[in-house]
Amino acid sequence: MPILEMRGISQIFPGVKALDGVSIKLYPGQVTALIGENGAGKSTLVKILTGIYRPNEGEILIDCVPTTFASAQAAIDAGVTAIHQETVLFDELSVAENIFLGHAPRTRFGTIDWRKINSGAKALMLQLESEIDPTIRLRDLSIAQRHLVAIARALSVEARIVIMDEPTAALSRKEIDDLFRIVENLKRQGKAILFISHKFDEVYEIAENFVVFRDGRAVGQGRLKQTPQDEIVRLMVGRDVKDVFPKVEVAIGAPVFRVESYCHPTEFRDISFELRRGEILGLYGLIGAGRSELCQSLFGVTRPSSGRLVLEGKPLDIRSSGDAIRAGIVYVPEERGRHGLALPMPIFQNMSLPSLGKTSRSGFLKAANELALARKYAERLDLRAAALSVPVGTLSGGNQQKVVIGKWLATQPKVIILDEPTKGIDIGSKAAVHAFIGELAAEGLSIIMVSSELPEILGMSDRVMVMREGLAAGVFEREALSAEALVRAATGNQ
Amino acid sequence: MNRLLKNREILLTVIIALMIAGFSTRAQGFAAPGNLANIFNDTSILIILALGQMTVILTKSIDLSVAANLAFTGMAVAMTNAAYPDLPLALLIVMAIGIGAFLGAINGYLVWALRIPPIVVTLGTLTIYRGMAFVLSGGGWVNAHQMGPTFLNVPRMPVLGLPILSWIAILIVLGAWFVLTRLPFGRAAYASGGNPTAAIYAGIDIGWTKFIAFVVSGALAGLSGYLWVSRYAVAYVDIAAGFELDTVAACVIGGISIAGGIGSVGGAVLGALFLGVIKNALPVIGVSPFAQMAISGIVIVLAVVFNARAERKAGRIILRDRGVKEVSA
Repeated sequence: MPILEMRGISQIFPGVKALDGVSIKLYPGQVTALIGENGAGKSTLVKILTGIYRPNEGEILIDCVPTTFASAQAAIDAGVTAIHQETVLFDELSVAENIFLGHAPRTRFGTIDWRKINSGAKALMLQLESEIDPTIRLRDLSIAQRHLVAIARALSVEARIVIMDEPTAALSRKEIDDLFRIVENLKRQGKAILFISHKFDEVYEIAENFVVFRDGRAVGQGRLKQTPQDEIVRLMVGRDVKDVFPKVEVAIGAPVFRVESYCHPTEFRDISFELRRGEILGLYGLIGAGRSELCQSLFGVTRPSSGRLVLEGKPLDIRSSGDAIRAGIVYVPEERGRHGLALPMPIFQNMSLPSLGKTSRSGFLKAANELALARKYAERLDLRAAALSVPVGTLSGGNQQKVVIGKWLATQPKVIILDEPTKGIDIGSKAAVHAFIGELAAEGLSIIMVSSELPEILGMSDRVMVMREGLAAGVFEREALSAEALVRAATGNQ
Repeated sequence: MNRLLKNREILLTVIIALMIAGFSTRAQGFAAPGNLANIFNDTSILIILALGQMTVILTKSIDLSVAANLAFTGMAVAMTNAAYPDLPLALLIVMAIGIGAFLGAINGYLVWALRIPPIVVTLGTLTIYRGMAFVLSGGGWVNAHQMGPTFLNVPRMPVLGLPILSWIAILIVLGAWFVLTRLPFGRAAYASGGNPTAAIYAGIDIGWTKFIAFVVSGALAGLSGYLWVSRYAVAYVDIAAGFELDTVAACVIGGISIAGGIGSVGGAVLGALFLGVIKNALPVIGVSPFAQMAISGIVIVLAVVFNARAERKAGRIILRDRGVKEVSA
């Protein structure tokens, strides 16, 4: 009998159906692996289970009794606890305080019972076979130790259902073994575990059951023992994608941009590739593979430790994003809100920001030139706005993305790096963005497109470089492209 | 947001007009052109300082050292004038602006190169600059009879019905408007406060932008140093004590977002005038000086509440976006 059952859960956001009639069951003493591409709806499911989102349809049953989670606290009270991808802890508080924050034991006078907090924390850490002193401050711990604290915090509430969202992402092999011992321990205590991971070897090692998500639907579930890896890869990838993204055929020209053994102290190592005129190079990999970090470094936001860039035969010395823009390399960042736009500023001022050198005359801003520039690219991108003088913050997500792209096109670059160009925008806008990327390539721009969406990578790219753990895990020409090959290279499953 | 800001400027103008009308029913002649010109002249220094403060606040920083800078620079030029009465006034003014800009550059450098939070830097330099004023003067005063007649009289000289002090303020207002809307530096200031990360990605050097903002603020504080000692005909260590808070208040009332990136020159000027009208009116209608401070404080808090509400409206859009973003995460 399952501890927890979800039936027909749907979660709808404006313009996007994040989950569509999902049903899953979690059993006591068993680990269920949740597998899917980025954007398949895994995180949304976690947020529903932890009471952060309320689903539009469907029901959640705990011990076969229908329940609703009105708040995060309600989910905790029902015995659901989650260990998140990026642990949400407080550096300046002690281990014990972090574990019991929000539900600290009290003395009979209502003050915090420090003795109980510290002894309780010690007991929890021992249960995790760790001897971290509960009074030590969190900032003095290693990443792996912090992870243990996060797990202890999850266990400090009487949890019966434990969700682990990519718990191994930041851990070394030895630490992963330790973590798995803890998971076995939890299994023996009869807890139901939902284990989210991209890594097949880990999934096969620890989980009994699996659920595969694709585009917000549960497309397959069952016992792992009876399911070969190829079957799971096929479920993850799903459709024949080449029809969805009709690629514009572009004559590919001479080499334009060359990256030679590019290294970063911590994020990536020994990356080399060449980019031709009119070519779209897809950059695929799992989250944390170092793709965005590579691109930011190419754009001068971070400095590489070694390596060389050559643009049109001339070596480049890029020390800042300003240098990159002047050289003709631009980067359209993934998080348009955080990296891309100054939301209170008008559309045209956002668009002209990297091109002020061109629109200004003898050091003075020329609003008329800026407006003309903005109008040109707004028309090209079919930007829908009441006026170019309204703040960017008032636009929809798709239109904001157009402002970001327009802003970079206006600098008339030679190489454009698009980081997740269609993330978080609706299907209609996606098609428009894809068509537009094709046009840019046809005009002779060289494009590096980072994407976690396989269909997009497969449909758009002339060549794909796969990154895994900061290394180039393989380069595939268009003829040799297949979803299975890319996923294998990205997950390290040969 | 632009439209909202414009509304706020109109709103402030209307409120100031209503206040003047209201006060004139209690105090004869309050709304007379002569008195209004007086109020403007009285507020001139606050306007100049508020524009410097605004430039800094736009970049997501704050300059708490303006009043201390003013006191030090004022003392320095007053003592120079007393010691060398023959130096031309123009040289003294250049000196005031130079010293002020240098003190501002110290703030800017600490913020830029050492990445110390601006509030900490300027809280520290506030005390240092005041202390330097004390060391320089040995705690003594420079009185009116020690200052030269040109030094004292030029800012009071009327030109076209307004004293030169007022004209300087008007020039600075036009200059600030020009710098912030017509020069790349102004755009860089708005961008680095509005979204620092996006500004870096657009090739803007945020540290340099902040540095320049502090230098501008310092230079205006230096100029105000001369204007202050000349207007009040006295220089001592404690002049303009606490005045930095008035400059911040003028910005906040004028709709300059403390979070950076939002605000207009018109807003800052109106914010300063708002405070100026209240300060001039309360004694006229017989409110005790102690109540005056409380009333000014209440007005500032109300302005902050008003700002917070205006910014929350913008926040809703961000939340909606975040919803979409989380779907894809």
